[in-house]
Amino acid sequence: MSARLARAALWLTGVLVAAWLVAPTLVVIPLGFTDKVSLTFPPTGWSTRWYANFFGDPAWTAALANSLLVGVLVAAVATVLGTAAAFGLSRWTSRRGAAAARVLLLAPMIVPGIIVAIGVYAVFLKFQLAGSLAGFVAAHTVLALPFVVVSVSASLGTFDVRLETAAASLGAGRWATFRQVTLPLIMPGVVSGALFAFVTSFDEVVVSLFIQSPALVTLPVQMYSSVTRETDPTLAAAATMILALTTVLVTGGLALSARRNRAR
Amino acid sequence: MPVDRPAGGTAQTAASTYPPVAAPAAAPAIRGARIDLRGMTKRFGASVAVDDVTLTVEPGEFMTFLGPSGSGKTTTLNMIAGFTDISAGALEIDERPVGGVPAHKRDIGVVFQHYALFPHMTVEENIAFPLRQRRVPKAERRRLVAAALETVQLPGHAARYPSELSGGQQQRVALARAIVFSPRVLLMDEPLGALDRKLREFLQLEIKRIHREVGSTFVFVTHDQEEALILSDRIAVFNNAGIEQVGTAHELYERPATLFVASFLGESTILRGTASPDGGGSTLAGDGFVVRAPGRLEGGRTDAALVVRPERLRLTPDAPASASGDASGGNAVPVTVVEEIYLGAARKLEVILPGGARGLVREQAGALSGLRAGDRATLRWHPEDGVLLPDDPTIERIFT
Repeated sequence: MSARLARAALWLTGVLVAAWLVAPTLVVIPLGFTDKVSLTFPPTGWSTRWYANFFGDPAWTAALANSLLVGVLVAAVATVLGTAAAFGLSRWTSRRGAAAARVLLLAPMIVPGIIVAIGVYAVFLKFQLAGSLAGFVAAHTVLALPFVVVSVSASLGTFDVRLETAAASLGAGRWATFRQVTLPLIMPGVVSGALFAFVTSFDEVVVSLFIQSPALVTLPVQMYSSVTRETDPTLAAAATMILALTTVLVTGGLALSARRNRAR
Repeated sequence: MPVDRPAGGTAQTAASTYPPVAAPAAAPAIRGARIDLRGMTKRFGASVAVDDVTLTVEPGEFMTFLGPSGSGKTTTLNMIAGFTDISAGALEIDERPVGGVPAHKRDIGVVFQHYALFPHMTVEENIAFPLRQRRVPKAERRRLVAAALETVQLPGHAARYPSELSGGQQQRVALARAIVFSPRVLLMDEPLGALDRKLREFLQLEIKRIHREVGSTFVFVTHDQEEALILSDRIAVFNNAGIEQVGTAHELYERPATLFVASFLGESTILRGTASPDGGGSTLAGDGFVVRAPGRLEGGRTDAALVVRPERLRLTPDAPASASGDASGGNAVPVTVVEEIYLGAARKLEVILPGGARGLVREQAGALSGLRAGDRATLRWHPEDGVLLPDDPTIERIFT
C-alpha cells in the first residue's frame, strides 16, 4: 500500500514539475487569441485579429523574413564550420590540443550572452557591420557553432573509424571517404546540429538588440521593442508561431534521425 | 585498370565442382603480385612492433602470418596495406617500391576481422564501392558485382543491408567487396576470428576455393594454427616482432627451426637436456633419461630440446632394458600415464617424463596400447623422428 502511495507521489511530483516547465510556454497561445487590446490572462473573449494584424503589418512580416533568412544562413555556415571542427577534433592526435580547442569552441555557450554582445557591438561599430546581414550571420554563427560541434561530436563518437580504413583500402581518397562514408553515417548529428543552429539564431535576442539597425530588425528584436512600447497581443501571436515552428523543426529532426537509425 | 575478368565466369564452373588443387578447372582470373619485404621495421615510440622482417611472397601464393597476439603479424599486414607507415626497410610489390604510396592507391584488397561493411549501403552498393572509386561504368559495375556475389555464393542478397545478414554472410560480402576490383594482392586480417567454429571451417574451404579461382596473392593473418595448416601454401611464423621460420605446413611441422615454432604449431613432447656429439647425431642426457637424436646443435651449444610429435611416439607396458634405449636402437624412456583423452578416431595419452615434464602420445583407434591413467609404461620412438633444437627457456609448456 505504501509502495503504491510512493508511486502516486512520484507521479504527482513529475506532473507538477512538467507543468511548471511547460506552463509559461503554453500561456502564450491563448494570449494571442484574445479579443482585448492588451495582454490579459486569462482572455475573456476570442479572436484571430492579432494574427491578421501580424501578417498585415510590414514591420512584423519584414522582421519574420529577416529572422528566417538569418537563421537559414547561420544554420548553413555553422553546420559546415561546426562539422569540420568536430571532425578535426575527433582526429587530433594531441589530446591536450583537442581538449583546449574544444573548450574554445564551446565557450560561446558558457560565456554570458551580454558579454559577447558588448564585444561584438564594439567590433561591429568599428567595421560598420552593425545592422548588416553579414554582421547578424557572423554574430549568430558564433553562438550557434557550439551546438553543431556538440551534436556532430556525439555522432562521431559512435562512428566506427575502421570504416575509413576499409574505404581507403578500396580506393577512396580522404575526401571521397568523408563524402561517401563518414558524412552519411554522422548525418543525424549534422542535421540536428543544423536545426539547433537555426533555432539558436531564430530566437537570439541579446546580441541582436545590440547590433540591430532600422534596416535590419529580427523577429525577437521586433517583439522586444513591441512589448516595451505597447502591450500589443500581436506579440503573443508571433510567439505562438515561433513556438510552433521550432517545435515542428526539432521534433521533425528527432524523427528523421530516429528513422535513419532504424534503417540500419 | 585491372578490373577486367573473363566474362564466361570461372566462378560458375569452379564453384560447383571444387577442383583439386593440382589441376584447377579453369585458369585463375588474374596473376597475383609478388611482395617483397626487406628489413621492414615498425616502431611505436620506444617499442618495436616489427623488427627487421625480410620475406618474399611469391605471385599467387597463399601466405599465412601465424603467431600469438602481439607478435607483429597484424602490424606487418598493415604496413603492406598502407594503413601504417614503415619506420625502416622497404616494401616492394612487383619490384616497385610502394612504401610511400597511400593506401587508397595501392590496389590491394583487404578483409577485416570486423567486416567493416558500410552500414548505410546495401550489399550491392558495398561491393560496387571500389568500382565507383575507379569510375567503372554502371553496366560493367552491375556485371562485376553479380560475378563477385556468385563467387562468394551469395546471389540474391544484393538489395539487403549488412545488418540484415548473419556474420558469415557479412564476411562473404566483405570478401566480395575486396575481390571485385581484381586486386593482385588480397590481405586478410583474422577474417574468421569472430565466427563460430563450424562456420569458420566451412569458410576456410571457401577462401581456399576463391584463392584458386581469383589467382591473387593472398596474405592471411591468424593466430589459429589449424587454420594456417588448412589454408596456406606457406606459413610465416611470427614471434616477438619477427619471423621465426617460413615454410610449408609440412616443413614447419616436421622440421621446426626453433622451439617456439615446434611448440606453437602442432603438439609435441619436449625433452630438455645436455646434447653431446655422438657419431652423425647427438646424445641428449636429461633428468632421468639418455636418448639419441639426429643432427647436432650449431655453434657448440649444449643446452638442447628434443621435440617429438605425438604420432611418432609409442607406449608399451613393459619396463625398458635400460633408461637409455632398447635392443633395436630406438629410444626408450620410463613414464607414467596421467591422462587419457578420447578423440574418436584416436586417443591421446598424457604422460609424465622422469624429470616431471609432460609428454603427449597419440594412438590410432586400431593400435591402442590399452594403458590407462596411473599405469607405468615405456615411451618409445625412433631417434630419427626427433628434432634437436637449441633450448629456449621461454617456452614452458606444451601448446594444445
